[in-house]
Amino acid sequence: MRMTTGARIFWTRCAMLLAALLCWEVYARLWADTRFVSPPSLVLHAAIFELFREPGVIDALVTSLWILFVAYALAILFGVAIGLAVGWSSFGRKAFFPVVLLLYGIPQVILLPLFVLIFGIGPACKIAFGLSHGFFPIAVNVISGMKNINILYLRSGHSLGASSFDIARYIYLPNMLQSLFTGLRLGMTLTLLGVVLAELYVSTQGIGYWTKLYAETHDPAPLFALIAILALMAVILNELVRAIERRGLRWRG
Amino acid sequence: MIGDASNLSSRAIQLGFLALLVGAWQLLSSLGTISPLLLPSPDSVRIAFVKLVESGQFWSSLRVTGSTVLQAWAIAMIAGSAAAYAITRSRFLVAVFEPVIAGIFAIPLTLLFPLYILFLGIGPSSKVAYAATYGFFPVALNAIAGFSAVKEHYLRAAHSMGASAFATFRHVMLPASFPIILTGIRISFFITFASVLGGETLSSVTGIGKRIALAAELMEPAEMFAWIVFVIVFSVATNMVLSMLESRASAQ
Repeated sequence: MRMTTGARIFWTRCAMLLAALLCWEVYARLWADTRFVSPPSLVLHAAIFELFREPGVIDALVTSLWILFVAYALAILFGVAIGLAVGWSSFGRKAFFPVVLLLYGIPQVILLPLFVLIFGIGPACKIAFGLSHGFFPIAVNVISGMKNINILYLRSGHSLGASSFDIARYIYLPNMLQSLFTGLRLGMTLTLLGVVLAELYVSTQGIGYWTKLYAETHDPAPLFALIAILALMAVILNELVRAIERRGLRWRG
Repeated sequence: MIGDASNLSSRAIQLGFLALLVGAWQLLSSLGTISPLLLPSPDSVRIAFVKLVESGQFWSSLRVTGSTVLQAWAIAMIAGSAAAYAITRSRFLVAVFEPVIAGIFAIPLTLLFPLYILFLGIGPSSKVAYAATYGFFPVALNAIAGFSAVKEHYLRAAHSMGASAFATFRHVMLPASFPIILTGIRISFFITFASVLGGETLSSVTGIGKRIALAAELMEPAEMFAWIVFVIVFSVATNMVLSMLESRASAQ
């Protein structure tokens, strides 16, 4: 029986993952310093018997999840609104698009301490920081999606008496859909980055508190478990956005 | 000519935007509506910057961050292109690895930062390793795209003329994929730079990121803003220079 290429790819990945876990397990059991490395079996054990029984950890995970949702929703709102405003005319694009791109290129993490001074150490700071990260890719992709629109569509829209809303909804939106979804996907990645940075920076509460606690008490099993859970959440969220992207673009065939 | 005129007016708008920003900053801080703790006056920031340079702290922090970034960037470039070269030896390997690398790059690797601190301590080496990991991905992804885009018949021609693997790489693959790899290297620089600053902000003893976090904790907003303005000006200037170099190299 011959496998299809897709199946071969899938099983090769599974085998690689298994081999890596096995190497890690053997290494951690035989040679590693237990203050630094835990074998995967103990990490799983710690996830089930330590993390999920610690209400503080559950609380921190749930809080950061809703912080992420609020930040992402705001990033979409602001990104699309400002993207539309800048991309509406060729003059706006010429004058402001380079400004947006240059701001996008700034390592925003240098503003993190300032965000904490302004918003405090609570959720507001993390939402604002996630928003400031997620906003740019969305705005940039909305603007570039509007850049290469066929001018005839706009003219015929105008001459048929379309309102600004109609033009945005029926001409710009279908035209920039591909680019918009790219922006939404990158926006999710960067909003996650912003929220994680802020979570780790504020080490007196939330995820940052727990990672610091486990790292400083040299208790690697729950630390690995917590990081693995967060990474898994990030993977699921990214896949979710990509699934929506595929669905949203299906009509184009 | 019309193009030039509208180019000129958009340049004017960009300069105006900058002037507006500085003007608003000056106005807001002189009106005193925002506490000087959150928004120090431009003049106090200038004085703080001069003080930083004169005390030598500016250069020592810059040296730490700069050497960390350069080490991480070098590792990312070498490891990224080597991995891409190995993967692109077979189409099957590209199909296996490329989506995995792209998928890992989409999750915030900052999550792993506590592990780097655990293994390597709070010195510069943990920042080098963390930033090199982050910077590896854009180089690898772009180099995979670049190497895969080299036309099959170029490789076959080189092979039939008896070129060695190294000669094929040096004279066929590298020139053909150079523009795409260059984009990856540029992106990698900014990601490494941001990662080093982020790592220093989160957990460090020295470096620019640490100075900013420390200035915030010690309630010295003028010093914090001096660093922030410096990093912004530096990254905007670097961005312009690297983009220009890139477009010039690709045009050749």
